[in-house]
Amino acid sequence: MNFTLSKEHEMARTLFREFAEKEVKPLAQEVDETEQFPRETVAKMAKTGFLGIPVPKEYGGQGCDPLAYAMCVEELSKVCGTTGVIVSAHTSLCCDPIQTYGTEEQKQKYLVPLAKGEKLGAFGLTEPGAGTDAQGQQTKAVLDGDEWVLNGTKIFITNGKEADVYVVIAVTGTVEKRGRLQKEISAFIVEKGTPGFTFGTKEKKMGIRGSATYELIFTDCRIPKENLLGKKGEGFKIAMHTLDGGRIGIAAQALGIAEGALERTIEYVKERKQFGRAIGQFQNTQFQLADMATKVQAAQMMVYRAAVAKATQKDYGFEAAMAKLYAAEVAMEVTTKAVQLHGGYGYIREYDVERMMRDAKITEIYEGTSEVQRMVISANLLK
Amino acid sequence: MKVVVCVKQVPDTKGGVKFKPDGTLDRVAMLTIMNPDDKAGLEAALRLKDQYGAEVTVVTMGLPKAEEVLREAMAMGADNGILVTDRVLGGADTWATSQTIAGALRNLEYDLIITGRQAIDGDTAQVGPQISEHLGLPVISYAQDIKIEGDSVIVQRQYDDRYHIVKAKMPCLVTALAELNEPRYMTPGGIFDAYKKDITVWGRKDLKDVLDSNLGLKGSPTQIAKASDKVRKGAGEKVVLDATESVDYIVGKLTEKHVL
Repeated sequence: MNFTLSKEHEMARTLFREFAEKEVKPLAQEVDETEQFPRETVAKMAKTGFLGIPVPKEYGGQGCDPLAYAMCVEELSKVCGTTGVIVSAHTSLCCDPIQTYGTEEQKQKYLVPLAKGEKLGAFGLTEPGAGTDAQGQQTKAVLDGDEWVLNGTKIFITNGKEADVYVVIAVTGTVEKRGRLQKEISAFIVEKGTPGFTFGTKEKKMGIRGSATYELIFTDCRIPKENLLGKKGEGFKIAMHTLDGGRIGIAAQALGIAEGALERTIEYVKERKQFGRAIGQFQNTQFQLADMATKVQAAQMMVYRAAVAKATQKDYGFEAAMAKLYAAEVAMEVTTKAVQLHGGYGYIREYDVERMMRDAKITEIYEGTSEVQRMVISANLLK
Repeated sequence: MKVVVCVKQVPDTKGGVKFKPDGTLDRVAMLTIMNPDDKAGLEAALRLKDQYGAEVTVVTMGLPKAEEVLREAMAMGADNGILVTDRVLGGADTWATSQTIAGALRNLEYDLIITGRQAIDGDTAQVGPQISEHLGLPVISYAQDIKIEGDSVIVQRQYDDRYHIVKAKMPCLVTALAELNEPRYMTPGGIFDAYKKDITVWGRKDLKDVLDSNLGLKGSPTQIAKASDKVRKGAGEKVVLDATESVDYIVGKLTEKHVL
C-alpha cells in the first residue's frame, strides 16, 4: 500500500491550486453575494482543460484519471464551493454517462465538445415527487415516428440554463418485474434550444449561490430518436452509475470546503488575540483544530480511495457512498467549528468561513442525501 | 523553426529563503518555481509554436531535481527537455553557467534562443548575453514583445521610459522580461504526458568545445563572501500633520539625511 501521490498528481495539484488561488478565490465572495454564475471562470477552466480531466484524449479530454479529477474539484472547492460543483456536475453527471453509455456518434457529437469545454453539461433526474425515490419519475418520453416526445419537469438541476447538453431521465413505459408492473426508465440527451425545452425559476439557495440551479420544463419537446442514451429501459441503471461517480465529485467538493475552512481557521487563530494571547495558544482551540485536521485527512484518504476505485474496480459504489457520506459530514462539522473559532467574525459574510458553512450543507443533501449513502452502504454490507 | 528556451529552477521566495551554514542558498530545502522571466520566455516560444509550428526545446542546468521545471515546461507545451547536470558543474557563477549552457547548445540546432532577463535568486542578468557571446550570436535583451518576420526577429526592447524596436537576423538570442506576456497554465493532460516523455540528461562529457577551466566552482571568477535574507526594515515613523507641516517635516528629514 502506497500513500504517496505520483509526481504527476503532485504537479496537477500545483496547477489546480495555482489556478484556484489566482482565478477563483478573488471572485468567490462576489459570486456568492451576487449569485452570478461565474461564466468567465468557466471559460478559463475550459481553456485549461479542467472540463474534461478524466475523459480520454480521443474524445477531447485530458486523458487523466478520476483521482486527478477529484483533486481538481477539491482544490477549486477549497476556495469556492460553487466553482467546484460546476466542474463536478459537468464532468461526473454529463460527460461520464455519455462516455460510458453513448454510441460512437453520440460521443463525437456531445462528449468531444463537452470534454473540450466548448459546451457545458448537466443532468436531470430529480423531480418534485422523485428525489431520493428516483423510481417516482413522472417525466415521460414517448416515441413518435423518428422522435421522442418529452413531457414533464425536473427540479434542482445544477448548471441549469447555463449548460448546453442535458442528460435527462424519463419514463418510457412499463415493464413487468417479478409479477409486478414497474416503470420503465430510460435516459436521453437533450440540447438546450430544442423547441419545447424551457427553464423555470432559478432557485435561491442557502449556499453554492453562484451555481445555477434551475427547473427544466419539457412540453412536447421533440428530440431525435438517436438521442436515447444507452438502451431503452436502462435509464435507472445509467442514473445509478452516474450518481456513483458523481458522489466522488461531491465528496471531493465537501473535502475541499472542509480543507478551506481549516486553512482559514489556522490563519485566524494565529492572528486573533484575546486575553493578551493569540487564541491558537488556548488548548480548546488546539484540540478543536487537531480534531478538524484529523477528520479532514481521514476524509481525504476516503475520497482518494474512492477515486482510485473508480479507475481500478468494476464496482465502486460502496467506496463512493462512504467517501461522500463521510466527507460531507466532515465538511459540515469542520465548517461549523471554523465559524465557532472565528467567534462573531465567523458569522459575518466578510469572512470566508461563513460562506463555507453554508456551502457545506448541500454536500449532505445532493447526489444522494447522507441517509441514501447509509442505505447504499448497508445494502452492500447485507447483500 | 527551432526555438530553444533556457530556464532555471529558482527558490520560491514566497516560501522563505533558507541558507546552508556556509552562507550559500540551501536549494534542496526551499520550494522551487520556474524563474518568472524564463517562464515568459517559454510562453513566447510556445506562441511561436502555436503560430508557426516551431519546435520548442527547453534546457536547464541544475541539480537532478531541476527536472521538475522541464516537466512543467513540457506540461505547458514544450516538445523536448534537456537537463544539464553533473557534480563538476556545481558552484558555477554566471561565467561558468553560460559556458556550460553554451557547451550544451552547441549540440543543438536552433533559429532562436530565448532566456529570461535574469533569475530572481541571483538577479545578475548576465547569463543570457554571455551565452550569445560564447556562441557568437547577436543578442537583444529586455524583450517586451517578440515577432518573427521572414528570417528575422523583431523585438521591442524595454527601457525605463520608452522602447526600441530592434530587428536581428536569426539565429540570435533574446532575453525576455516577465512583463512580456501572461504565461499559460499547464494542462492536466499535459502534465500526465510530460511524465511519459523522456528527458535528455547531459553531463560534462556532453558539453561541446568547453574548457574544464571554465566550468563549475573552479571556473567561476565570482566569489560570494556571504548571502543573506532581506533585512527587514523597521516599522518606520508615523506622524500626523497637516499639509504645510508635512512638507516642512519631510524637507527637514531629507535635509538631515543630506538628500537635499
